[in-house]
Amino acid sequence: MKILFSILREMADLPNDPDAVALALNSLGLAVEEMDVVGVPVPGVVTARIMRMEKHPDAAKVTRCFVDAGDGEERHVWCGATNMQPGDVVPLATLGTTMPNGMEIARRGILGIDSEGMLCSEVELGLSDESSGLLILPSDSPLGVSPFDVLGIEHDVIFDLDLTRNRADCWGHLGVARDLAAHFGVPLRGPRIAAASSGSNKSLDVVIDAPEQCGSFTISYVSGVSVGASPRWVASRLAHLGMRSINNVVDASNLVMLETNQPNHAYDADVVSSFRVRLANAGETLTTLDGQTRTLHADDLLICNGSSNAGVGLAGVMGDLHSEITDKTTALAIESAWFSPDPIRYSAIRHGLRSEASIRFERGTDPNAWQQAAERFVTILRETCPDATLHAGATVVQTASCPVPVSVDVSVKRIESLLGVHIESERIVSILNSIGFVTTIKGDVVTSIVPTWRPDCSQDVDLIEEVARHFGYDNIGKTVPNSTVHGRLSNMQARRRILRRVLVGLGLDEAMPSPFLAAGDLATVGLPEDNVLRIANPLVAEESILRTSLRPGVLRSLKYNQSHRAPQIGLWEIGHVYPKSDQQLPDETEQLIIVVAGGNVETSLAQWNAICDALSVGTQLDQSRIPAGLHAGRSATLARGKKVVGVVGEVDPLVLDILGIEGRVSILEVDLSVILNEEPKPVQAKDINRYPSSDLDLAFVMDDSIPASTLQRALRQAAGKQLVSIDLFDVYRGKGVADGFRSLAFRLRVQGVEATLTESQLAELQKSCVAAASKAGASLRA
Amino acid sequence: MTSASTPEHGQLAQALADGIVQIREATTSDQLRTIVSALTGKKGPIASIKSSLGKVADIEARKELGQLVNDALAALGVATDGRSRELRAVEFSSQIESERVDMTEIAMSANVERRLGRMHLVTQAMERLEDVFIGLGFQIAEGPEVETDFYNFEALNMPPSHPARSMWDTLFVESDVEGSVVLRTHTSPVQIRVMQDWPPPIYAVMPGRVFRKETPDATHMPVFHQIEGLVIDRGITFADLAGTIESFTKAFFGPGFTSRLRPSYFPFTEPSAEFDIRRHDGTWIELGGCGMVHPHVLRAGGLDPNEWSGFAFGFGIDRMAKERHGINDIRDMYSDDVRFTEQFS
Repeated sequence: MKILFSILREMADLPNDPDAVALALNSLGLAVEEMDVVGVPVPGVVTARIMRMEKHPDAAKVTRCFVDAGDGEERHVWCGATNMQPGDVVPLATLGTTMPNGMEIARRGILGIDSEGMLCSEVELGLSDESSGLLILPSDSPLGVSPFDVLGIEHDVIFDLDLTRNRADCWGHLGVARDLAAHFGVPLRGPRIAAASSGSNKSLDVVIDAPEQCGSFTISYVSGVSVGASPRWVASRLAHLGMRSINNVVDASNLVMLETNQPNHAYDADVVSSFRVRLANAGETLTTLDGQTRTLHADDLLICNGSSNAGVGLAGVMGDLHSEITDKTTALAIESAWFSPDPIRYSAIRHGLRSEASIRFERGTDPNAWQQAAERFVTILRETCPDATLHAGATVVQTASCPVPVSVDVSVKRIESLLGVHIESERIVSILNSIGFVTTIKGDVVTSIVPTWRPDCSQDVDLIEEVARHFGYDNIGKTVPNSTVHGRLSNMQARRRILRRVLVGLGLDEAMPSPFLAAGDLATVGLPEDNVLRIANPLVAEESILRTSLRPGVLRSLKYNQSHRAPQIGLWEIGHVYPKSDQQLPDETEQLIIVVAGGNVETSLAQWNAICDALSVGTQLDQSRIPAGLHAGRSATLARGKKVVGVVGEVDPLVLDILGIEGRVSILEVDLSVILNEEPKPVQAKDINRYPSSDLDLAFVMDDSIPASTLQRALRQAAGKQLVSIDLFDVYRGKGVADGFRSLAFRLRVQGVEATLTESQLAELQKSCVAAASKAGASLRA
Repeated sequence: MTSASTPEHGQLAQALADGIVQIREATTSDQLRTIVSALTGKKGPIASIKSSLGKVADIEARKELGQLVNDALAALGVATDGRSRELRAVEFSSQIESERVDMTEIAMSANVERRLGRMHLVTQAMERLEDVFIGLGFQIAEGPEVETDFYNFEALNMPPSHPARSMWDTLFVESDVEGSVVLRTHTSPVQIRVMQDWPPPIYAVMPGRVFRKETPDATHMPVFHQIEGLVIDRGITFADLAGTIESFTKAFFGPGFTSRLRPSYFPFTEPSAEFDIRRHDGTWIELGGCGMVHPHVLRAGGLDPNEWSGFAFGFGIDRMAKERHGINDIRDMYSDDVRFTEQFS
């Protein structure tokens, strides 16, 4: 929202220091995004008349202009513009002038002929962001004077405010001025009014058929109007505030809205002399001021000509093209209404038409601002129409939905206990009253009647915020609460951090791909797509599916790096997946994935081993269940009891081929909701067994179809409590071992528990190991 | 004591002198071993003197001579150890020379150069932030990324069709009731879940991933990260909020940094504020939003606003990482490009 310093200073005696005002605005929560100084006169630029113009045969794009700057001397100036003609008065930047953009006007020549200055456009003078040629001044302008004086251009400052959603009132200068006046302790004058209603009573008929949507509808009658151009200052202020000057009536209407936050509309009172506010009929059409014919919805609110019942405006949004005032208009019907915010917002959204009016109505306007607005309207109009008269007897129709002032109580104690600072009750009252609240105090209770321009204030905390704002957040002080809570990571969070460090220690980089997938991404990596959730309004179709697996994302990142010459790369991700569930929310869990380009089944098993070691967990490998999308011969599920917690192995070579990834890729996926939430008990120490240990080296021949883990388990059981460790130290297939079999050599380190094992005990142990192995399907290798 | 000079005295002195010369002249460890065993062995000169001791009649002289034999053996031992150390030093030095390597060459080998992995910059920033808040007495709460409308909006004082909902460009998830499930637009819904699940007092921060319907550019991503703080206790004040932000500022950024609060608006807090951090050079960074938890929000969390009060604050994590490392384009941070990632040890 753009706010002009000049208007603020008309409304209150603020310090003539834009920086101080900007600081105040920020401290009041009216954040200044940008401050723009405009209309600064440029010394050295004077008005000059073009006496004659010449073309040079060798310079087609420029014109030679001979100008008189009032001193009777003819100056020659090269000019690239085309919109001027002899007799025009234009701005001349004389030699030595420093332009607003920093350029200095020096004697520059073209084709050896010097230019004694530069003729200027609005852009070059810093008056506008765009222009299409020289600034042509009124032809009766005096020569040799500042064009800024000729145009009556005000030196001004534009504050661009980033208004928060609650401050509806600050969409008009008046709201901003009110806060600033309170801040600086100066009285608020408000807009200058020099046109109280007078003349004969003139009341036009108004009927409201939609009382819930329209809370108030007022019509003020203005006679003595003649439509023409606006005064320069009005056009200039509107331009600074981002609006185009149309004519004196429309400009007055717009300026009043910008000043008072009261959107209003001026009808030709001879064309529309009575009004009806009703809901539109579905399918009814209206051609709005922007020239578009709009088909209305049954929830759209329509302002109608009371006699024909035809629409003359989409309420709160935009007027009808055909009811616009014309050159012939001599009397106005000025509409100032209060519309319920939501219907206007929906109407604006439906028609894709967010107008200056709808922005204000959807935030909430003041139902009692209409009279001030009408008076200000006519005050401005009188500068061009001295006979304009605001007639007494304006029509005011209000319905039950019209907001009424609310009264809010808050105790002084509550203010202190919420803000943590003691503020005298007199100060509280004076703060609230300075911004238009009507406040009384009885004992500890402050009772405040909220002005109707502050629809955001309806309960005690709203008053507390107003007090805090004007007391000054910086004056409240800084304390630290006495916490009885101890800061710490939860068990799960601590274990997640251990996991991250292990992964980093394994040389793996963390990836963070998008959690959104395209249709087919899951199928590409061999995973089902039937349990996915979709985004109803995705940014792009390729990001419309919520992932149920981390696999597509990290494999894509792997491929990306591989194609950028980083073939040996290991990535991990810890992130959420969101498979559909039978509840309202998905079955969201945290997962871990590790992929290593060039890694194999050993890589992933070693990684899992390190993780299990670090987190004190263990799982069983189950190769009988082949995980989807993984290498059928080189992958297994990880199970804790009957619960599958992950998969380990290598990615299916077909998947890699489809993705265009070269070489093998090892993969480990683990459901962290299981393993991070475990709380392993502290390991209890065993005394060191100091009896000498012995190694039994036993090689067995076993069918390939039986997992080595079966044999290991049998040996472990057979060796019992004497077993210290068991290592598979050799696997052999080939000569001497039948096809379909392999030799597995284990080293069992055994140790007596109460005494050194004797030779015969060792022999006995070996015998039972061999027997157990045989039961498991393995025979001692000869 | 008489100092007798017997023939054995002379033989012993001669044997010792000869032995020391031989030891010194040994040129290898092996040769030294041979010499020493010849000198001190059963057939060696010392041994023969020792065996002739019995013939010495004078008891005193015999005793003295016995002592001298022991001294001679000890002296030979010392000489041997010395020479042995010298010879081994020479011998190892040739081994050492033959094993010489170029350390710079080895330093460049793949095995040595293998670096540790990298945590994502967001994870690094998140852990640093968590640690600072743990130090300030906070615990860490987490919540789902796919949320109900209730937790993301309604419980945060934004009933259906509340205009402030447009402050967030929301991504909706398809569901039976249209619009009832969203990708959380902020970490604030975790506030409600914590209020419902944890008995007060609550001192918690809630880091996590959030989503907006925003086209990625150099400073925005549709998926990014926030950290939310929530304090609920008896008698918590706005001054406590300002003080906690100040403590955080000094703990995280350094003692030379300060903070300020500016009035602002959020539906779920009142009074609300933006908080800014002042750098050493006097410039300000706009960091995030905060305020006193709105009574409606306390009620939605199952707490009585007359008994409990509290404050909340929140800010973006990605921006902290971006600022810290001078990253120009935030999209680089999410490229998973190892050429980018490996810079940040």
